[in-house]
Amino acid sequence: MDSLLGSLRLVVVTMLICVAGYATVIWGIGQILTSSTAQGSLIMAPDGKIVGSRLIAQNFTEAKYFWPRPSAVDYNAAAAGGSNKSPTSTDLTKRAEEIVSRYGAKAANPLPPELAAASGAGLDPHISVNAAMYQAKRVAEARGLPLSQVETIIRESEFAPGGFLTPDRLVNVLELNLALDRLAAAQ
Amino acid sequence: MVTYAILFVIIIVGTTIALSWPLGNYMKWAMDPESAEGGAARFTRAFRWIGGRVTRVQQDWKRYIVAMLIFNLVMFIVSYAIMALQQYLPLNPDARGAISADLIFNTASSFTSNTNLQHYSGEVSMSYLSQLAALMWLQFVSAATGIAALAAIARGLAGRKDLGNFFVDVQRATFLVLLPLALVVAILMVLGGLPMTLQGAAHAMTLEGAEQIIARGPVAAFVAIKQLGTNGGGFFGPNSTHPFENPTFWTNALEMISIILIPMACVWMFGRIVGRTRHAAVVFAVMLALVLIRMAFAVGFATAPTEAFDQLPIAQNAGNLEGKELRFGATSGPTWAVLTTSTSNGSVGAMHDSLNPLVGLMPMIGMWLNEDLGGVGVGMINMFLYIVVAVFIAGMMIGRTPEYLGWRVESREVKFAIVALLAHGLFILGGTAIFAVTPWGTDTLNNVGPHGFSEMLYEFSSASANNGSGFEGLGDNTVPWNVSTGIVMLLARFIPIILPLAIVGSLMAKRRTAESAGTLGVEDGTFAGMLLVTIVIVGALTFFPAATLGPVAEHFMYMVK
Repeated sequence: MDSLLGSLRLVVVTMLICVAGYATVIWGIGQILTSSTAQGSLIMAPDGKIVGSRLIAQNFTEAKYFWPRPSAVDYNAAAAGGSNKSPTSTDLTKRAEEIVSRYGAKAANPLPPELAAASGAGLDPHISVNAAMYQAKRVAEARGLPLSQVETIIRESEFAPGGFLTPDRLVNVLELNLALDRLAAAQ
Repeated sequence: MVTYAILFVIIIVGTTIALSWPLGNYMKWAMDPESAEGGAARFTRAFRWIGGRVTRVQQDWKRYIVAMLIFNLVMFIVSYAIMALQQYLPLNPDARGAISADLIFNTASSFTSNTNLQHYSGEVSMSYLSQLAALMWLQFVSAATGIAALAAIARGLAGRKDLGNFFVDVQRATFLVLLPLALVVAILMVLGGLPMTLQGAAHAMTLEGAEQIIARGPVAAFVAIKQLGTNGGGFFGPNSTHPFENPTFWTNALEMISIILIPMACVWMFGRIVGRTRHAAVVFAVMLALVLIRMAFAVGFATAPTEAFDQLPIAQNAGNLEGKELRFGATSGPTWAVLTTSTSNGSVGAMHDSLNPLVGLMPMIGMWLNEDLGGVGVGMINMFLYIVVAVFIAGMMIGRTPEYLGWRVESREVKFAIVALLAHGLFILGGTAIFAVTPWGTDTLNNVGPHGFSEMLYEFSSASANNGSGFEGLGDNTVPWNVSTGIVMLLARFIPIILPLAIVGSLMAKRRTAESAGTLGVEDGTFAGMLLVTIVIVGALTFFPAATLGPVAEHFMYMVK
């Protein structure tokens, strides 16, 4: 009986300190120091409407935009997930065949691998610089821009995710596309 | 790529080892105050005041177990009630509805047992109140239960008269160990870009004019204790592959360090309480060797590209990227898979179902050995079981009385240890066998052939090892999966805590002998070798046939050309 009473007293105190107190402190720090990322790194249009999140991939299919990695959940940010297919699965082959034909990839000009592989949450916001360069010609033609100008925009937005600890250079697809749209609006 | 992999592993594991030593000393100070006055004993008075009359008695092993079970039962009931009533309770901005009873049972079992196997998807099913007050709360107190149990076992082996008081120990672990660390890590997480908001999902209009609903929530606080307490249950379905749970390379590195930090420190705490730091160092070295061997294999096998793209015009120069995030770098996926199963954490930084077949075998081996480093507290307890068996076998081999830290190990203790170790194999292989021959299992697979078998094998391994990761393609939110893994998780949690406490109780009833020249040493390479061999033989051989039916078969069918 004492044990039960002791357990209940511990429940009350741990709930107050480790749930209410702890969460409030972290919430407060987030709201004060990093309020933008604490709300989900949302990107607003000039009219105040939410365009998306800097951290969350959204779908792009039009030729004038860079396309993200495929998503097993169709970029559903309310029910994220991966394909969970074995890398030996023929389902992945079928999905990749479709992507290869959409990009028009040939053996002489093979598709960068992440453009055929879905990420764990289906929301990876990045592609490699290689994968962006691979699409630069299509984007430049659709927008009537010189290829060099599109390549410059890619170079300007590339970053190394882990500094000297990673050889990779990535770009954020949504931010890249926003930069293109800003350029179009300015012209 | 190999250079970057080695550099990355050295930084993550090396940093954590360096941090684990001072943390282990601190945990000894916090969990086991030496005198009744001053130091951490000041807090003891507060904990007695909070816990009431039950905290004023010293408990023997039986009373300690009863206290632990009652508290854990209350944990289960409270969390069950919150989840069952979430549709009527506040902090539910996205109007999450009722959850089925079998799924609540599975989830409450899962988080009470420190497993965090998830048959639900957080952003789809759970209100913010369920996430915080049911699940995150259990992530604190279930982890604290494990640390408390280890402190009690260490006190018994140190020759104390009694094991302490569970209700005081669990508060020490919660308030003095887990809470300060969680605050530090959560602040770094929120600065690193994780969301921490109570607002509901954001509704976005994409550049191409489609609607995108972006689920979010109080993620940073949740993720910190999820990693530190070897819980592993994600705020979102895809766990730490989700950009909101793990937005950058640096949060990824911090989460990996958090996964192994307290399990490592627990070994040092154990060594300090029993007064044998050198012995702890030997045990630590054995654990570390097992982790690094598996990691080397995992990183090596992960360099093979996606087999399914073999005949297509796709560059195959980056390994297998299915289920992986670009921002973490190429070697994070397999490295994380090994670390998360070297402890009972079970969070994922890549989809394990989509790892190359033999990479996917490495986390399974980790869970079969019941995790090299183990869960907070329970990892070292599990190692204690292997130690009991190892000293017994060694003693029999050379014809000396088996002893551990001056305690005579006899048939009763070894029987308890063997039962606890074999229960693990029974749950995994028995469960997989039943589901592999019935629609309970075969109707829920996401992949065909040996990989489908691997999905079932992984699920029971994860439940019995209290790990919580999964081959998540498995459609596991069914009544048979929810009930069976729910029961396995509870049994596999409490049997390996109760039996070691019983062993310690049985040892304490004997007279401790002074160590002499004839005593088997537990601080040298011979002991390390003996322990390693025992772990590999008892742990791995049991599961070898099952491994050949799953990942090994898949490797030879597809990966060998």
